[in-house]
Amino acid sequence: MKSVRGKRIIAAAGIAAVLTTAAACGSSGPSKSSGSSAGGTGGATSGVTLQVLIGSSGDAETNAVVAAGNAWAAKTGNKVVVTPAKDLTQQLTQSLAGGTPPDIFYVDASKFQGLVKGNALADVGEKITDSTDMYPNLQKAFTQNGQYYCVPKDFSTLALEVNTDLWTKAGLTDADYPKTWDQLETVAKKLTGNGVTGLVMSDTLDRIGAFMRQAGGSVVSADGKTVTADSPQNLQALDYLQKLAKEGALKFPKQVDTGWGGEALGKGKAAMTIEGNWIVGSMSKDYPNVHYKVVPLPAGPAGNATLSFTNCWGVAQKSSHQAAAVDFIDYLTTVDQQMSFAKSFGVMPSRQAAKAQFTQQFPDQAAFVTGADNAFGPVGFPGFDAVQKDFDSKIQGLADGSSDPKSMLSSLQKNATDALSNN
Amino acid sequence: MSSTRSQENRRQALAGWFFVSPALLGLIIFLVVPIVLALYVSFTNWDGLSNPLGGDVKWVGLHNYQQLLTHDGLTRTTFAGALRNNFWFVLFVVPAQTALALWLAVLVNNKFLKGRSFFRTAFYFPSITSSIAITLVFLFLFQGGGAVNGILNWFGIHGPNWLADSRGVIHVWLSGVGITKPPGWTQHTVMGQSLWDWFSGPSIAMMVIIFLVVWTTSGTFMLMFLAALQNVNEDLYEAGELDGAGSWQRFRYITLPSLRPTLLLVLTLGMIGTWQVFDQIYLTGNNPATRTPAYMSFDQSFQNNHFGVGSAIAFLLFALIMVLTLLQRRILPEEID
Repeated sequence: MKSVRGKRIIAAAGIAAVLTTAAACGSSGPSKSSGSSAGGTGGATSGVTLQVLIGSSGDAETNAVVAAGNAWAAKTGNKVVVTPAKDLTQQLTQSLAGGTPPDIFYVDASKFQGLVKGNALADVGEKITDSTDMYPNLQKAFTQNGQYYCVPKDFSTLALEVNTDLWTKAGLTDADYPKTWDQLETVAKKLTGNGVTGLVMSDTLDRIGAFMRQAGGSVVSADGKTVTADSPQNLQALDYLQKLAKEGALKFPKQVDTGWGGEALGKGKAAMTIEGNWIVGSMSKDYPNVHYKVVPLPAGPAGNATLSFTNCWGVAQKSSHQAAAVDFIDYLTTVDQQMSFAKSFGVMPSRQAAKAQFTQQFPDQAAFVTGADNAFGPVGFPGFDAVQKDFDSKIQGLADGSSDPKSMLSSLQKNATDALSNN
Repeated sequence: MSSTRSQENRRQALAGWFFVSPALLGLIIFLVVPIVLALYVSFTNWDGLSNPLGGDVKWVGLHNYQQLLTHDGLTRTTFAGALRNNFWFVLFVVPAQTALALWLAVLVNNKFLKGRSFFRTAFYFPSITSSIAITLVFLFLFQGGGAVNGILNWFGIHGPNWLADSRGVIHVWLSGVGITKPPGWTQHTVMGQSLWDWFSGPSIAMMVIIFLVVWTTSGTFMLMFLAALQNVNEDLYEAGELDGAGSWQRFRYITLPSLRPTLLLVLTLGMIGTWQVFDQIYLTGNNPATRTPAYMSFDQSFQNNHFGVGSAIAFLLFALIMVLTLLQRRILPEEID
């Protein structure tokens, strides 16, 4: 019995060893290409190794951050090790719980408040050069209790992407790009048929929320203190989308065997989709032969509105290299560096000073930039994640009527209120 | 005389402890400590962003358990949904995999079967393949426009969008016989779910996972049955044959009773394993129609930073498995009196 147990322990140890090696391989893959350069006469903060954990969208983004890290390292005599996370939330949580968080990491706007509450973020927002030049609504996303914790890295907004070939085939012209909900319905119906769906968009509040805003509704009040989900405005938005879904002019990606709107557009299963800036990179990489155009989202009864998504460069409260981290972030958020990120992986600079340059270089992405003026950030209080997932899971039922907009909103109201009161 | 003897005894005991200490240490560090810590965390509001034993962590008593069991809110509704999904999963998988495993074992135990070792290997193969890899293949097969629906199409059957279909099979069947609206008495709610929802049956998405799991695990259990079959005394069969027992009667009155301990083992292991199903659920995405308590525990802990609730789920699941296993042993005693 003893030997069996011993063997089991040895086996367990062996498995653990294998796992550790595997994990090491996993992280050494990307960090192999990451920066380690010595030399240079640094200032007060030379000779420091900064650990940077990023939630990368792909090789393009990882390489761009690594290159920026190398350049800064060479300039200051420090070292930067960039690790792209497979699951940022989980990996960050683990390292924070272990007491050795990375010095710098991406913070999603929806996770920001939780990190502040957990006392994990250092308050460095205002230490960055000209940090008030960032778009005001992005600053607001990273401000809590009057403190501007971290500077926005970049941002994306939602816009309407149209497959121009299918568009002309349906007899539509440039003048027909929808400006209102009614027009959107008309063109979506016109484009539907022959295996093509007029509009395909992801079944999540991160898309539907734009329609709620266009109707003048929201999930929480502007001060974030009251839940306003079961409003007539939100109901109007859901009713509108349900109508489209019942007419077959709106479908969700899974219904057309795709993972997200970009794939549906690229595969020609959707004539229109609603996605953010990230679609540009993946369209040119995965579907280079598909012609499409980005136009602003149509206005709803309450006018124009879209959603914005953003990350900030968070600095760990427990980091012992906060000065160096601030210096590095300062470097990363210059207009030049933000433009270089924009070129590499298609995000929009968070600095207003870079707006003109961006519009000039990427005229076909103008619709994303114009969205910035009437963009709303995500709902960010801790615990809302689960509430949103529950809501999202019911969206697909709008099409066959198994989900009722009114009860969806009332349970959203109830669950969100509950989650908010737990904070 | 007796004192030297007891000294000797003590020395032997000491040596014994010394020899088992590596194993013991391993058990304590990797098993006992984490379990005790998890139990502690289930009574706190630990968010995973700091040291669980540090000052930021608040003791909340039974709050997490209340959220799961008594407080009328999203957590309880989600947990009830997860329990429901897993209950139907167990109800379908355990009998199916046991029956299939037994049948396969009897087949490959046949002395006159040609290429026996080939079939044994073939049937065992799904068990040793990575569950992640197999699940991925299934994800492709069961896409709305995947191979399975392609084949169904040849017969003029329009297959559902399997993994995105959250309708319960009992609901589907009921609507087939004309009952689409839930009858009044099913509106009574238990743990935030109406009886109508509890009796939905596994969702169509879950049926795919049920099929997958039955197929992959029956190989392992086949092996257990096979070992047991080879221990059945040949004389019994000869005696049975002399008494004029047919092949079904030999199976029913000789094979099955001899396999009783193995059957119990397979049923118990099957039940424990199926209540803990995770990988397949994780890969098919965060779909409420397939979510199980084990997945919810992970989701609450690592995605929502509610480690307290996550640990509480783990302990509730442990209690549930314990109770069901004991119950099963009661109903199916190992020895017949």
